[in-house]
Amino acid sequence: MGDALAAYVAIARLWVRSSLEYPASFWAMTVGSLLSTGIDFVGIWVMFSHLTTYGGFDLRQMGFLYGTSQLAIGLADLVVGNVERIGMQIRLGRLDAMMSKPVPLLVQICADQFALRRIARIVQGGGVLIWAGWAVDWTPARAGVLVSMLACGGVIFFGLFVSFSCVQFWTADASEFSNAFTYGGASLLEYPLSVFPKQVALGLTFILPIAFANWYPSLFILGKHDTTGLPHWLELASPVAALVMILVTSTAWRFGVRHYTSTGS
Amino acid sequence: MSLIDVRDLARTFVVRRRNGALTRSRSEVRAVHDLTFSIGAGEMVGYIGPNGAGKSTTIKMLTGILVPSSGRLRVAELEPSRQRTELARRIGVVFGQRTTLWWDLPLRDSFELLQKIYRVDAARHRRNLEEYVELLDLGDLLDTPVRQLSLGQRMRGDITAALLHDPEILYLDEPTIGLDVISKGRLREFLRTLNAERGTTLMLTTHDLQDIEALCDRVIVIDHGTAVFDGPLGDLHHRGESRRTLVVDLVDEAPPIAVPGAETRKVEGPRQWLTFPAGASAAPIVAAVAASYDVADLSIQEPDIEDVIRQIYAGG
Ligand SMILES: Nc1ncnc2c1ncn2[C@@H]1O[C@H](COP(=O)(O)OP(=O)(O)OP(=O)(O)O)[C@@H](O)[C@H]1O
Ligand SMILES: [Mg+2]
Repeated sequence: MGDALAAYVAIARLWVRSSLEYPASFWAMTVGSLLSTGIDFVGIWVMFSHLTTYGGFDLRQMGFLYGTSQLAIGLADLVVGNVERIGMQIRLGRLDAMMSKPVPLLVQICADQFALRRIARIVQGGGVLIWAGWAVDWTPARAGVLVSMLACGGVIFFGLFVSFSCVQFWTADASEFSNAFTYGGASLLEYPLSVFPKQVALGLTFILPIAFANWYPSLFILGKHDTTGLPHWLELASPVAALVMILVTSTAWRFGVRHYTSTGS
Repeated sequence: MSLIDVRDLARTFVVRRRNGALTRSRSEVRAVHDLTFSIGAGEMVGYIGPNGAGKSTTIKMLTGILVPSSGRLRVAELEPSRQRTELARRIGVVFGQRTTLWWDLPLRDSFELLQKIYRVDAARHRRNLEEYVELLDLGDLLDTPVRQLSLGQRMRGDITAALLHDPEILYLDEPTIGLDVISKGRLREFLRTLNAERGTTLMLTTHDLQDIEALCDRVIVIDHGTAVFDGPLGDLHHRGESRRTLVVDLVDEAPPIAVPGAETRKVEGPRQWLTFPAGASAAPIVAAVAASYDVADLSIQEPDIEDVIRQIYAGG
């Protein structure tokens, strides 16, 4: 585990070093992604020029949901977002090379071409979260839940990125498919779950459990009550969801690797 | 206990083919089956066979990249597919067709990264790197990104990369593909030295039989997924019933030479080609020819391994 982490850092460092050899292009890309991810919240802001609350949430509370969803996916995207490139790596025959090195395959795929500019989403989401968090009535319990939410949220999205990418062991061209669940899922989380039909809320809780990445713990922190009629203890169940996600993901990944067929030549 | 132990190994691939707008058929390709061999430490083994015979598939199973469909496989007492990362520290792999280096990084960075990944201690890494850079003449190329290297340069980089962690076994899948004669010669020399000085076990696939003649005491021939020959190179000739050729230049044109123990295959002016079994001695035949004809010159050609293998395929 420690070795794997050290290898990740070593590989990622090289890519960061080589991307910083062209600082202008690095900063242009980073600022570009800052702007393009930030535009979402501008949309919400504009929406609130006509509304005072949406699904029972005011603008700052919406900012809280927004910031936490961006942080969850941002952390996962930074660390494992590259796993989506696995289909391409297979086609290029790069996987064989990675599999002949003494570092877990997942670490190598994710650290390969590590893109520091992806930090933009974290910076931007973090900024909105700080602004939104100002209005929260903080208690030690709420602060604890915040920390656990960010960790679990990262893990849940990590699981989505990796699990859905496993499909690419069979069909190399499925990155759009996983995008729908990862980035698509994260943009659903920018809105209160209560504005969606009940089936959607149930689906995002029990099937694709991303509601645990921000919605349930946010209810706890903001002192709000779920109007979907689901039990209260879900507010504190994020670690369970994260654990289940890890189990599912590692099973899927192992299954995928064992069924890897390499390429003919 | 041998270093590489393969017993009844098999690997099938499922291939789906589209044979109409909507219909798809599913078929199985037996890439490797009933394959059994073992290789001891320090051996240099040539693994040869025609295209699609299953050579690369075997190497990928030996490194743990592909999971066998059935059979038993042990390399350095590890099960490759389950203990792949552990095994990786003890082996080196070179795929002639593809680089295992980082495409966009200069060689120097790739090597530095390998040191960290394999956790080679700094002094040993420096010593190995210096030695291989010197032997493979890579000094001027260290700052060049891999994508800018020529095929032969890249191959030398790949071989260095595969050796920096002092592997016990080096697998080479078509290491000489696309190299010119001089580079091939240098590479063979390098591999021979590696085996002699460090005792590294080598297993190489190739379509260039000179690689085998230059390097390997032992050959395994694989065809349609299974071994059809395993033994010393010399025995391959007997097994294939190969024949040596005696080229006779007569002083004058003559009808086909008739001597016992040899067959005349071709006549071209004063030159005639006689063949005789590779296992037989040339001396009585030469004597018989010289006794009955006016001979200007004589030479003997060894059998071409390619023909030998073709005969094994034809006979087997
Ligand atoms: N990933 C794959 N999917 C489907 N079939 C495959 C795959 N890899 C190999 N095969 C099939 O398995 C057989 C053996 O292939 P392999 O690559 O091992 O041959 P080889 O001996 O290395 O040939 P060559 O000399 O051309 O490199 C071939 O029939 C090939 O089509
Ligand atoms: Mg091959």
